[in-house]
Amino acid sequence: MKIQVNGKKVEYENELTVKELLKEEDVDMPEMVSVELNGEILAKDKFDSQLIKDGDQVEFLYFMGGGSNDGLH
Amino acid sequence: MIINLAKSSYEKLVEDAKERFPKEACGLVAGTKEEKVVEVKEVVPMTNLDDSAEHFTLDPQEQFKVAKEIRKQGYELLGNYHSHPFTPARPSAEDKKLAYNEELIYFIISLAESEPILKAFKIEEQELVSELELQIENN
Ligand SMILES: [Zn+2]
Repeated sequence: MKIQVNGKKVEYENELTVKELLKEEDVDMPEMVSVELNGEILAKDKFDSQLIKDGDQVEFLYFMGGGSNDGLH
Repeated sequence: MIINLAKSSYEKLVEDAKERFPKEACGLVAGTKEEKVVEVKEVVPMTNLDDSAEHFTLDPQEQFKVAKEIRKQGYELLGNYHSHPFTPARPSAEDKKLAYNEELIYFIISLAESEPILKAFKIEEQELVSELELQIENN
């Protein structure tokens, strides 16, 4: 099947779940990633079960955050 | 690796940090990346969901939107930035812990001194920090 991942065309032999796709895309910490499937944000508890199909557009992004407080003032 | 940042982008970043002071400003940084040279072309201020002087969190929905716009312009997402209103320009313990993406460049702008200080870092394994060479270009 042909899909798009973060705007890039990618081909996979078989259908796979979101979790499997993230692994293929070298995501080490899928729990820290937000996924958008065809323009809709996908709940994290669906990563295991949601199948990616031919023509799907998948976007993923890592959580981004931080702070300035070190407790070292 | 050297990072080139146009003066206009630098000023946009400083302005954002000052405008949101004493809260933390944050945003995304986009541009082009080659083996040894990174060119920053866009600085995009983003919502700080934490609305705090000590923390920042980007809104995933907004991140997706901006990531697509960045691609449309022919750029790639290089990293993010945030401000340290009262502390030096180096990754805090929390910054390191939350640096999940080793590909990204983490820009930190400190307003702790009389002049703003901007630095850029790579963070590996959520712990190993290396400062990158940053050059502000007059344009
Ligand atoms: Zn920080």
